[in-house]
Amino acid sequence: MIRHTDIDVQIQEFAAAIGDREPIAIEGNRTRWSLGGDLQPDVRTLTAPSGIAEYTPAEMTVQVGCGTLVSELHDELAKAGQRTALPERGGTVGGAVVVGQNHMCLLGRGRLRDSVLNVRYVSAEGQIVSCGGPTVKNVSGFDLPRLMVGSLGTLGNLADVILRTNPIPTHSRWLVSDDVDPFAIQKTIYRPSSILWDGTFTWVLLEGSEQAVNEEHDKLSAIAAFEPSTEMPVLPEHRWSVHPNDLRFPGQFGESFVASIGVGTVWGANAQPKRNIEPGVERVASRLKNNFDPTGRLNPGRVPGRI
Amino acid sequence: MNRAVDALRKRWKRPVPGETGQLIRELRTALTKDRVKYDAAQRTLLSHDASIYAGGDAGPVCYPTSTNEVASIMQIAERHGRSVVPRGAGTGLTGGAVPMDEPVVIALNKMNRILEIDAENRIAWVEAGVVNLDLTKELRPLGLHFAPDPSSQQVCTIGGNVANNAGGPHCLAYGVTGAHVLAIEVVLPGGDVVTLGGLEPEPPGYDLRGAFVGSEGTLGIATRVAVALTPNPPETKTLLLAFAEPANAAATVSSIIASGIVPAALEVMDQRITVAVENFVNAGYPTDAGAILLTEVDGLQPNVDVDVEQIIHLGNKHGSTSIRVAEDETERKALWKGRKAALGAIAQIMPDYYLHDTVVPRSKLATVLEQIYDIAERHELLVMNFFHAGDGNLHPVLAFDAREPGVMERVHAAGAEIVQVSIEAGGVLSGEHGIGVEKQKFMKLLFTDDDLDHQNRLRISFDPSCRANPGKVMPIGHSCADIASLRAIPKGVWG
Ligand SMILES: Cc1cc2nc3c(=O)[nH]c(=O)nc-3n(C[C@H](O)[C@H](O)[C@H](O)COP(=O)(O)OP(=O)(O)OC[C@H]3O[C@@H](n4cnc5c(N)ncnc54)[C@H](O)[C@@H]3O)c2cc1C
Repeated sequence: MIRHTDIDVQIQEFAAAIGDREPIAIEGNRTRWSLGGDLQPDVRTLTAPSGIAEYTPAEMTVQVGCGTLVSELHDELAKAGQRTALPERGGTVGGAVVVGQNHMCLLGRGRLRDSVLNVRYVSAEGQIVSCGGPTVKNVSGFDLPRLMVGSLGTLGNLADVILRTNPIPTHSRWLVSDDVDPFAIQKTIYRPSSILWDGTFTWVLLEGSEQAVNEEHDKLSAIAAFEPSTEMPVLPEHRWSVHPNDLRFPGQFGESFVASIGVGTVWGANAQPKRNIEPGVERVASRLKNNFDPTGRLNPGRVPGRI
Repeated sequence: MNRAVDALRKRWKRPVPGETGQLIRELRTALTKDRVKYDAAQRTLLSHDASIYAGGDAGPVCYPTSTNEVASIMQIAERHGRSVVPRGAGTGLTGGAVPMDEPVVIALNKMNRILEIDAENRIAWVEAGVVNLDLTKELRPLGLHFAPDPSSQQVCTIGGNVANNAGGPHCLAYGVTGAHVLAIEVVLPGGDVVTLGGLEPEPPGYDLRGAFVGSEGTLGIATRVAVALTPNPPETKTLLLAFAEPANAAATVSSIIASGIVPAALEVMDQRITVAVENFVNAGYPTDAGAILLTEVDGLQPNVDVDVEQIIHLGNKHGSTSIRVAEDETERKALWKGRKAALGAIAQIMPDYYLHDTVVPRSKLATVLEQIYDIAERHELLVMNFFHAGDGNLHPVLAFDAREPGVMERVHAAGAEIVQVSIEAGGVLSGEHGIGVEKQKFMKLLFTDDDLDHQNRLRISFDPSCRANPGKVMPIGHSCADIASLRAIPKGVWG
């Protein structure tokens, strides 16, 4: 991938194209396009700046344009033995951030919302706004980057982000078993990177040094028969987000499901019923939307939290 | 936004003595008489925090024991047009809990119950006044802990940790407070009780939980917090590396991270502080070293072994003069005792100190340190450095004797230059102590007016009339700061 050093120029152009009036939506790769509701008709769409602006592996941070594909970013980071918490599902970096869904291996990668250090966005009034900071640790002022994660682009048009990167473990191994209690895994081994359960099979991802992976594999073998897995489960269509304890009652997820144990993400045949947002929280959220987007021009039709 | 400012100016009232009497009566009816205090001793005690900012001006001090009581206090304060200042243990270092213009002080210390520990799902619900270390002690038999470990953890509260997004030596690998907070019950300035976030991995709607963390009491009062619990690592190894110069220690830190190791902690101490600490607690530190690097790796034994070997290799490569791996738990604890006692050790040298907190890219640590020594020398001040090197979080300590005429001006001038060089190096204003009143004026070094305007929009979305801890975080020129600036920062705030 080409390394862009002209991200600031791209952002200026992006802001000019967005302007300060009329409805606007930013298009990633349309992999989660209808999330939060359908875009109102006849809304102008734009793509965000793309390319890596700055990457120093020893800082464990990368500055990247929001229009960059996550897979392209990860290819580049892998050359220095690093990765991010963003899920790689064909989408763009900006798309992943505003959708806010975690990587399937959240236990190993960390939460997406914690990995976004800095965000530059073009506001509804056409200003370029920067929030957060370039360093891995920062408590300078209000934490707007957290607010942008999962905002579906309704508070600002994301231009570029600085993400925290993490080392890729030297070894990783998926194991599968059909006779283990999936809820016993976290009690048996220290920090699995993922535990997936489809009601019959349980997949476990081990990551670390080769010897550590072997030792964890041995511990698992002591409680059930595990084999290296070559095939991963097919994920049903609908994504659920539930209290991790609710995974013990999988009937609600439909005929087929894959549950992320210890996390609470489920891919189910049924759609998750609408989750209520408390009225007091709604009031803050609507003031927030009004204050950030007084004319309602940002991604009209979409509401975070709406399925 | 200017019209909003004007409207707010009109609404803002200075407290009138007669009105305070009525306010206290209402507060005492909502709580109990003995939990609403207005005596001089209490008000003085709560007029400052652990920062050098003295001379705050506390109004009635309330000790609620329930969320409902906090909500009542908020409603009463609103009726009286009074602002409110939440307070935990008062260990904040930037004046965040310093009251201005006689606000109602809400001290959460009596809301200190651990409500629920769900070991299976690794979640605990606690009241905001629970002391950080008390939770970890409670979790010990379960093999779990609360990862944020600020050096003040024996006294600071989880509510204060949330409000300041506190860090600690072990936040390098585990992340700061925000990464361990799942949900927060908050009483909003109008008295509404809401739960931000949730126990599911992706709660619906905007991440108001994330916006609340680090908001320094300006978005409402946290009354209960659901925190994520971390399993204790099966193996922990602590190493002490000595170097001739701080630059060697800094270079080692960068190459450890570049090699793909994320240690649980990476702490550097310069010679001055090492000597002070060694005299103070006999931690076994080499006092002839120009700097020492205390690092800890934890996790599965084979991973730990590989990391230890690699760190030793990198230390040697960068000229380490000695390397010690703690043999047992006693030795490990002694090494950490030294680091944790660093601030206490300074008291032996000078009666007062000013602890700074900025972050720079790791690669700039050595350069910025040089600049800091230079700045202190120019201002004829003694500076010592110990810091969370792994995340570039510097903590220069300026030690001084406040009785010396003119010294405070020099301390503040040196502090401003330290902030300036950190920002110029590509860093930020604060890594863990926050902005409070200390760094408001520096916010414009890091953010443009548009950036700050958007931060203010977040602020007023939670608190449209700017009554929660006004005059903090936002610099003058933004509505919630202007409200408080109608009366300037109280006299004597500058020590
Ligand atoms: C010796 C020493 C060492 C320290 N080491 C560290 C360290 O390693 N890492 C670190 O991050 N910090 C450190 N600190 C700073 C401080 O301890 C932390 O910021 C801590 O989180 C503050 O907690 P507290 O309960 O004392 O809060 P307070 O000082 O009482 O309040 C801090 C801020 O939080 C607000 N607040 C308090 N409770 C609530 C609530 N329930 N709801 C909403 N707002 C609230 C207050 O209004 C104020 O703005 C240290 C301080 C000292 C004195």
